[in-house]
Amino acid sequence: MKTVAASGKERWQQETLEPALKKSPERAVQFTTISGRPIDRLYTAEDVDGIDYSRDINNPGEFPYTRGIHPTGYRGKLWTMRQFAGFGTPEETNARYKTLLRAGAAGLSVAFDLPTLMGRDPDHELSLGEVGKCGVNVTSLADMETLFDGIRLGDITTSMTINSPAAMIFAMYLVVAEKQGADWNKISGTIQNDILKEFIAQKEYIFPPRPSMRIITDIFGFCAKEVPKWNTISVSGYHIREAGSTALQELAFTLRDGVEYVQWGVDAGLDIDDFVPRISFFFNAHSDFFEEIAKYRAARKIWAHVMRDRFHAKSERSWKLRFHSQTAGVSLTARQPYNNVVRTALQALSAVLGGTNSLHTNSLDEALALPTAEAATLALRTQQIIAHESGVTNVVDPLGGSYFVEKLTRDMEDGTLAYFDQIDRMGGMVEAIERGFPQREIAESSYRFQQAVERREKVIVGVNDFVQEDEPPIEILYIDESAAETQLAKLERLRKSRDNDAVKRSIDELRAAARTTDNLMPRILDAVRAYATVGEMCDALRDVWGEYEETPII
Amino acid sequence: MRKVRVVIAKPGLDGHDRGAKVIARALRDAGMEVIYTGLRQTPEMIAAAALQEDADVIGLSILSGAHNHIAPRLMELLKQKGLDDVLVVIGGIIPDVDIPKLKEIGVKGIFLPGTPMQDIIQFINTHARARV
Repeated sequence: MKTVAASGKERWQQETLEPALKKSPERAVQFTTISGRPIDRLYTAEDVDGIDYSRDINNPGEFPYTRGIHPTGYRGKLWTMRQFAGFGTPEETNARYKTLLRAGAAGLSVAFDLPTLMGRDPDHELSLGEVGKCGVNVTSLADMETLFDGIRLGDITTSMTINSPAAMIFAMYLVVAEKQGADWNKISGTIQNDILKEFIAQKEYIFPPRPSMRIITDIFGFCAKEVPKWNTISVSGYHIREAGSTALQELAFTLRDGVEYVQWGVDAGLDIDDFVPRISFFFNAHSDFFEEIAKYRAARKIWAHVMRDRFHAKSERSWKLRFHSQTAGVSLTARQPYNNVVRTALQALSAVLGGTNSLHTNSLDEALALPTAEAATLALRTQQIIAHESGVTNVVDPLGGSYFVEKLTRDMEDGTLAYFDQIDRMGGMVEAIERGFPQREIAESSYRFQQAVERREKVIVGVNDFVQEDEPPIEILYIDESAAETQLAKLERLRKSRDNDAVKRSIDELRAAARTTDNLMPRILDAVRAYATVGEMCDALRDVWGEYEETPII
Repeated sequence: MRKVRVVIAKPGLDGHDRGAKVIARALRDAGMEVIYTGLRQTPEMIAAAALQEDADVIGLSILSGAHNHIAPRLMELLKQKGLDDVLVVIGGIIPDVDIPKLKEIGVKGIFLPGTPMQDIIQFINTHARARV
């Protein structure tokens, strides 16, 4: 932006602000974002001095894509409204998917239960009480067939939140598609497949970091040849933020995770422009409106530079950061749950103003339970109202050029690059994780925020202020033990009816392949076709690689 | 007087440990001796930790819905080990309908999302077993 005569702010402070402050002081000595970042009372042209429009911001669709990757913004195509759902048995979740598709959802997003996420079958001791509780239980190909029964995988896109056993679950999806007659060259969707943020934040890891990274590069290589439209990884800041990081830490650690995956892919001998265009990102849409918008804009700019200047990617598709966002689960309150509708709407609006490519809006009851069908529908309607009634989709990046937003965007970028330097000096993200660096940073921020809430420096409406006694309870979805019983019975039947010799052969081959550097995907596909379970496949790899155990950092 | 000794445990398969860590630190800052077990603890491991650490309090962090299985098993093990005077509290997402059942088996405090740390500290100071 052009420099404006430096007369403005200082003169204004002396002539207009000071007398006003004498008459009526401000509500607080310091104003900060939810991340604790201090915010000035006013931003003017002086604050964006040094930002060059065409170099640093530029028009949408042009490097560095600060204003968006599409020249037409949402005028061409709206973001994908993708609601994350899954609970109980595959039969129950299949019914919910059909409801969502009828209500106008454009794609599906599968939530798996903890046994599936942790590579344990329902009959394992640690699965006790967990089957079907936080998501749908998928033990074998048979469950995946049920989950997508009557849904044409060639016609929709599916996102699957699966990490440690991503290769196994993805293989099941591919086999279902194959059985439906869908072409692997045409099907599309996303697997989360982001193990680094598991070590950093969500902690649903199985194997140690290095073999975990190897499976991911195997998936990159396999998809580049066999499933070219599949998004092989969704590098996720969402969970980092939910674990208590600041907006800046979410941005910095996520993008640095992205850098790590690209580096491992390059080191594995892949051509950068073959696999990087299939890498996508996933950010949290938290409550501090402008800080979030700045975060998304900075993300696009930083990624474009890193891909072009650090990795020398040639294809523009490698430079363009695409991202999904989800409103902040952690911001939802169990008290006065209807307030959550408003929180979610504002958070969703920030994601839209930041140019999100797809969006999940949380339901009002999610601090209490998994959502009811009614609550999930209202969450989807919230997106539809933003898209079709608010008018914000008529124009590309409406906040571009705002002194405040551009300054925040620049600050986010500077802060991220400083974290990059620190992590690069440690040798990379895997090394930083092994030292507990991001884990410690997040634990600090999370505790600091909690203290601010305790002192009521940060107000949470209905929780530490504007509290209401005797609230009427709302109806919630209660998941009983019947899903566990059903899944256990199905597993028992499966173990009797399948060709167990074929299962054993395929599992032995998978174990043997894990000791080599061969791509594991073909071996996993064979095991899946033989109806080997998630637990059996993960156990084969546990035999070779062991399990990761972290040193907890408080 | 000796400090109150608290074992904070994260049972089940869930890895969401933000709450467990924040409460561990808040209790430590409030002058208690805090042992955090880390993730994926079975009831057997938690009871063993309580015995070994001579705990006055066990705090379970459960968000996944597995409390109806984990809590009864733990209470039974504590009884077997003669630790039934250890104060057991749970923090996390617990549906209203499950609260009476948990209280019945001896879980003394259940803290839902949004509970001030101060309330939990005070509860523990009031109810932790009296020590010589």
